[in-house]
Order: sequence, then structure tokens, then C-alpha cells
Amino acid sequence: MKQLAFAITLAVAAPAWADSDLPPARWANEQLPDARQEAQAKALMEELRCLVCQGQSIADSDAEMAGDMRALVRQRIAAGERPEQVRAWLIQRYGNWVSYRPPVEPVTWPLWAAPLLLLLAGAWLLRKRLVRRRG
Amino acid sequence: MSKFLRFVPLLVLAAFVFAVAWRLSKPADEEIPSQLVGRPVPAFTLAPAMPGRLGLAASDLASGQPRMINVFASWCVPCIAEAPLLMELKRAGVAIDAVAVRDRPEDVAEFLARHGDPFVRIGSDPESRVQLALGSSGVPESFIVDGRGVIRYQHMGPIEPGDLPAILREWEAAK
Repeated sequence: MKQLAFAITLAVAAPAWADSDLPPARWANEQLPDARQEAQAKALMEELRCLVCQGQSIADSDAEMAGDMRALVRQRIAAGERPEQVRAWLIQRYGNWVSYRPPVEPVTWPLWAAPLLLLLAGAWLLRKRLVRRRG
Repeated sequence: MSKFLRFVPLLVLAAFVFAVAWRLSKPADEEIPSQLVGRPVPAFTLAPAMPGRLGLAASDLASGQPRMINVFASWCVPCIAEAPLLMELKRAGVAIDAVAVRDRPEDVAEFLARHGDPFVRIGSDPESRVQLALGSSGVPESFIVDGRGVIRYQHMGPIEPGDLPAILREWEAAK
């Protein structure tokens, strides 16, 4: 019974998990005055993964934490950091998981090779079929 | 050979169905642990989260003794469930500091008055900056930092009664 009550509490609690009463951080939804910096920040935000919504970029997410991450990106870019430095700062903390642009390293070789291999396999299958038709 | 090849698509399909069924029955672990475990706490300074209390800075953490940092918020429901266990850790001699994420002084004060106050220092993190700097991906989370200011352990989500032995073990190990 106690466990059930706990489970129900957790189930009810989940939606409230990420909602404070505070307004969004200033740079969460406000563009940088420098258009070039804003473009850099925006491009990076589209390639950073929201930590609490998983599967959305921080540019797309309404989660508060995503807003705070957008603010962080804009503040660091406005302070003169390059987008790749900001990405590296986040990867240092959350791992490659946080970036939608996987690095090319032995672990990700299959990932990068997959499209090529699938195309080759498709061409090979097609060739078989075409040859049979002609014959 | 070609007889075997004929079944390759079927085998690929079977492998695909198997992989999907396996993942559905065993969902992936969605926790994103901090990569900073085993590394020094990044530099930060936080103002007090409520009047009359001490704020929290990274320099407070390299004090020669281990400390626990609890990342919490008054608006976080699981933090309420965790509160009595933090009190229990305090009784067991664990020195706990807090980072209050996106919070107001009056709300923090009310939360601590209602659910107990196990904290030595409480820093206010209105834009989640320190939370992000720590590699924390939600509230509540707890970190154990050793006396040299190196993060030794991260606990994600609310601390439950069953977690206490592991946390106390990590606490002893950080000494």
C-alpha cells in the first residue's frame, strides 16, 4: 500500500518536475543585438539536446532548463566564445550525448558508415534485379 | 548460396523486430550522468538563497573535509520526498550544502521550514548556471565532493531509503 502510494505520488509528480515560478532567464527568449552572434548562437542551439525533454533541441523546447541553456549559449557567445568552445564546455559536462553532431571516432564509425553501407547494399540488390530482368 | 541469400531480407527483418521488441521491453536508461565525477568542481560563486544564510562557492568545497551538494528547488515535488532522508544523512554526520535552482528566498525559507533544513550553506542559482556547470540534468541531484574539491559521486533523482547505505559508503570513501 505504501509502495503504491509512493508510485502514485511519483506518477503525479512527474509533470511538475521542471516548473518553477521564476520567469525565463533574460537571454532564453531574447535575441542578441549582434545579428552575426545571434545566428551563431541559434545554429548551435539547434544542435544541442535538451536534457529534460530528450529528443528535442534546446531551440525547440519550452522546458525551463532548455531556456536556461539557451541563455547560457547566448551569454557565452556574446562574451566572445566561439560556438565550438560552448559545445565543448557542455560535452565536458554531459558527454557527447548533449550534442546532435556526433564526433568521428572509433565508437561512431558504424554510425557514419551506415548510410554508405546501406546505399551500397541497395545498389547491389538493385543490380541483381536489373540483371535478372534483362536476362 | 542463392537459396540462402533469399532468406537474408527475412533475417534482417527478424533482427530488426527483435531489436525493437527488446528495446521496448527494456527501455534505455534515460539518465545523463555528469562527466565531472572524478574531476574538480568548476569555479562558481552563488549568493545566499535566503536572508541570514551563507552562500555557496566552489572554494567552500575544498575545505579538507568531504561535503555533499544537494541540487534542489522548492518547486520540485520529489525534493519533498527526499527531505527526510537528507535530515537522516545530516544526523549521520554528512555535511550538506545546497544549490537552490530557480528559486525565490521566501519559497526556499518556507520549504525548509516545512520539510526540514539539513543545509549548512545554500546558494541561489536563478538561471541554473551552476547546475549546468556541474553537469546536473535535473532536481533533485546530490554530489559528494572530497576535501580537495574533487567530485566523487553523483546521485540522480530523489534519495530513497534504499540509497542511504551506498551514499554513506561513498561519503566514507571521500574522507
